Amino acid sequence: MRRLVTDTLIIAERNLVRLPRAPELLIGVTIQPIMFVLLFRYVFGGAIRTPGYDYVDFLIPGIIVQNTAFGGFATALGLNEDVSKGLIDRFRSLPMSRAAVLGGRTLSDVATNALSITILLVTGVIIGFSFHTSFLDAAAGVGLLLLFGYGFSWFLAFIGLLVSSPESVNSVGFIAVFPLTFISSAFVPVASMPDGLRQFAEVNPFTIIVDAMRHLWLGAPAGNSVWGAVVWTFVIVAVFAPLAVARYRRVGR
Amino acid sequence: MPSEASDAPAIEVRGLVKRFGDVRALDGVDLTAAHGQVLGLLGPNGAGKTTLVRVLATLLEPDSGSASVLGLDVQRDAAKLRERIGLAGQYAAVDENLTGLENLTMVGRLYGAHRAEAKARGRALLERFELTDAADRPTKTYSGGMRRRLDLAAALVAKPPVLFLDEPTTGLDPRSRLSLWAVIEDLVAEGTTALLTTQYLDEADRLADMIAVIDHGRLIAEGTSDELKDRLGGERLEVRLDDDADPQIAVRALGTMSDEPVAVDGSLVKVSVRTRRGAIVEAVRRLSEAGVGVADLAMRRPTLDDVFLSLTGHAAEHAGEGEEDASHDGQDERAPEPERAA
Repeated sequence: MRRLVTDTLIIAERNLVRLPRAPELLIGVTIQPIMFVLLFRYVFGGAIRTPGYDYVDFLIPGIIVQNTAFGGFATALGLNEDVSKGLIDRFRSLPMSRAAVLGGRTLSDVATNALSITILLVTGVIIGFSFHTSFLDAAAGVGLLLLFGYGFSWFLAFIGLLVSSPESVNSVGFIAVFPLTFISSAFVPVASMPDGLRQFAEVNPFTIIVDAMRHLWLGAPAGNSVWGAVVWTFVIVAVFAPLAVARYRRVGR
Repeated sequence: MPSEASDAPAIEVRGLVKRFGDVRALDGVDLTAAHGQVLGLLGPNGAGKTTLVRVLATLLEPDSGSASVLGLDVQRDAAKLRERIGLAGQYAAVDENLTGLENLTMVGRLYGAHRAEAKARGRALLERFELTDAADRPTKTYSGGMRRRLDLAAALVAKPPVLFLDEPTTGLDPRSRLSLWAVIEDLVAEGTTALLTTQYLDEADRLADMIAVIDHGRLIAEGTSDELKDRLGGERLEVRLDDDADPQIAVRALGTMSDEPVAVDGSLVKVSVRTRRGAIVEAVRRLSEAGVGVADLAMRRPTLDDVFLSLTGHAAEHAGEGEEDASHDGQDERAPEPERAA
């Protein structure tokens, strides 16, 4: 157990040390999210009705959730690269914890997510976003985001070890995660969607997370969203962490 | 240094089988390496060399048969075994975005050393592998040869008594190859047991005490380099005579250098010599004494192709499966070969 903790921290440190040296990764967690916030706020924002809220207030919790989900792609792409470069072979030949490479990956995503959440919140405030709740609620929201991001990274760890190339990792991103986050309450009110899509959006875990964030940051009615979000996160980890570790144990070129 | 009971061989493989779909990558391999011995595993791409190394390094589970290293079973005792082995491969598994020192420090810590301890060990290894000047540069700026040296250094972090070197010089330029060979020779001199896979006979020849030849997942020959060469008919001296010279005089002059009849093919005279050492000088002396004019004279060393041709009846396949495999064709850069005559 001690081995798992120290090894996980060593791997997380490795991932973070290399971050500033791989500019394309850094752009992914900094410039790109800002660009999306500005596009939605100024291009689509004027056309979207969000009863009770300014669109910028409505948008920021939603887009931060989407961005946090995409933060986990650093795990999928990083693991995929480690497999193809033979580094996973090296790690697997070492007397280290079998879960540490994955644990370290998902943990370093928490740090990069914290960075991009900060950047997005600052951007949001500059273009008019404000918290409508207490400091504690707002902080709880950030905590929930980081927890959810951590859980989602385990799903992407599994994907990264499952598919054969970085291109396939990106396809999963576009084919699965983009629709999932768009057909949710992240960018538009679910009530505005046509039948079929609306029912899907209502049960979509991303809607639950986004609603939880709007409760914690804007004071929107909570329903079961906060607990729902926590439960979803644990379900994702409970399913995908064992799958990812099992995959890691037999992965090979 | 190995502290194991000396009755267990350093590496012992019995009836090992590994299938990938319909392909039997390992088809019943038996292999033994004694302590302190370098076992060269020679074979073309796809012969099963890497699969065997991956099984021994606990990366891959065999379908049947058994394999143990230092008396530790690769499946049952995998966790314990990983503390005693080092793995270096043709893919130079280092993190490109970390510096050389950071890479080695990370590996040291993953073996359980404290940061300062791991760093000191990393510095010592960089010094030894002549990478000190590049210690603080990200390894993506390293040359191919430097990466291999760093990869090998990473395998040595925990001073493992057993090393697996999977095609350590494949794809390297001749100079880097020679310097890596020197490093490996040093290690071996210190008593490390090593399993070295290679496509190159000259590499196995220089580094290995025992050579096992593998093809299609089966072991097809085993022995010392000399024993294998004997099976190939040893090394051949090829003499191209002047057009007006009489081949029969050359045959008589050179005949006693060989146990086998001297072959004549036009103006080309081929002699299987007993020993490479001094053979060229001796041949030139004899031919000059006999007054035979020589246009060209070269030592033809046995190549992997020769081994395969003689052992299996088919030529070694060099079709590259890896990223950097195709660039080297197994020729010896120190002794250029004549065009293959046959």
